[in-house]
Amino acid sequence: MSELSVNHLLGIKYINEADIDLIFKTADHFKEVINRPIKKVPSLRDITIANLFFENSTRTKLSFELAEKRLSADVINFSAAASSVKKGETLIDTVNNILSMKVDMVVMRHPNPGAGVFLSKHIDASIVNAGDGAHEHPTQALLDSYSIRERLGDVAGKKVVIVGDILHSRVALSNIYALKLQGAQVKVCGPKTLLPKYIESLGVTVELDIKKALAWCDVANMLRVQNERMDISYFPTTREYTQQFGVNKQLLDSLDKEIVIMHPGPINRGVEITSDVADSEHAIILDQVQNGVAIRMAVIYLLASKIKQ
Amino acid sequence: MSQKVLLNATEVNIILHRLACQLIENHTDFSETVLIGIQPRGIFLAERIAKLLRESYHIKEVVLGYLDITFYRDDFRRSEKILEANKTKIDFVVENKKVVFIDDVLYTGRSINAALTALQSFGRPQEVELMCLIDRRFSRHLPIQPDYRGRQVDAINEEKVKVSWVENEGEDSVYVVKS
Repeated sequence: MSELSVNHLLGIKYINEADIDLIFKTADHFKEVINRPIKKVPSLRDITIANLFFENSTRTKLSFELAEKRLSADVINFSAAASSVKKGETLIDTVNNILSMKVDMVVMRHPNPGAGVFLSKHIDASIVNAGDGAHEHPTQALLDSYSIRERLGDVAGKKVVIVGDILHSRVALSNIYALKLQGAQVKVCGPKTLLPKYIESLGVTVELDIKKALAWCDVANMLRVQNERMDISYFPTTREYTQQFGVNKQLLDSLDKEIVIMHPGPINRGVEITSDVADSEHAIILDQVQNGVAIRMAVIYLLASKIKQ
Repeated sequence: MSQKVLLNATEVNIILHRLACQLIENHTDFSETVLIGIQPRGIFLAERIAKLLRESYHIKEVVLGYLDITFYRDDFRRSEKILEANKTKIDFVVENKKVVFIDDVLYTGRSINAALTALQSFGRPQEVELMCLIDRRFSRHLPIQPDYRGRQVDAINEEKVKVSWVENEGEDSVYVVKS
């Protein structure tokens, strides 16, 4: 215990329950730190971290950068839009060039699934996957579980429904792995076209009726409709999606219990959830964002502690 | 491994009373004073002192907190030992207060150095004092000395000073352990 079983965080698939416990315990301490008048600890003052974003991101990038700075690490940022990637450089070359500037850790978002795993086989630095295509987004799943634990006391035994575009969602896959590992029951709900065919092999159940799904669950994680990843039409219109799978106040009021609403952001207000739901006390969307910094601090701190001098 | 008793329960008790009285001498009514136990082992002594002040010496306003220094240590990634963080609980204002750090054993002084850095995150105290039950003299790496000390000990580096508390180990005592 008290050390992670891995040297990289490539996905929830590669870690175990003890790792999750350790990350949460460490995040508890960092959550206290980021509520101090001075929200910074000097632990990583001799560590340099490169944030490599080969795909657009606002919140995850800010969250990682803030986490790194609150640990006193030196940070360099790279985004593919303004780089030699466009000139045809390979991923390994790009990263090796950056590492030769004495970088200890790489936080990477990449449009291709498995980019992090591939890189970990070719370079020495620790890698944190900040999203690889439709594969995994481990820190998001960790902060989601952490937020559930914070609101409901525990994740084990809780019923969680993930609603929306499961097919293109790395958040969904990482969440399924993380929730199952902690002993939660998981259901997925969405248009049939956006549910992977063999999703049940991951130990989840499928529900096509949002009302039944909400009546069953303790927590509903509402995913964003990712128009940018949809090469063909998966449902007729956004309006029809909203009518069938959107969550609004009337729907929540019709349930005889209170459920927790989560969203990984950015929200399409009026599509997945209406504004009155997003801003209600059921929603823990902004808690998720705050917990994101603490979780990322914990992950980076724990991985950095394994980098030998 | 051999160990010898340095202080027994009676001696620890007498020392605790003396330390509490020395604090009262300097801080009178404690209205501007806060006590901070250093995690993980300093909190037992801190709790004892606070309890004595409240119950035996009838000081009403004893403010007690805990400070964890894990993230401020200077040996992160340098020692083989895995560092595990503990809870920090400082739910009072430190700005302009007289802070008393409380730890069980003062050895190299590095923990106190880290604690001084950590304390800056909470504000600028008027002054900081240090209380320890055991002062291992001649083994300091930094120019740090206690203001209140229970007992001075000359122990060589291979020896370990082990402080036990009723709450945790079932008895109040201090041992010098030779490996």
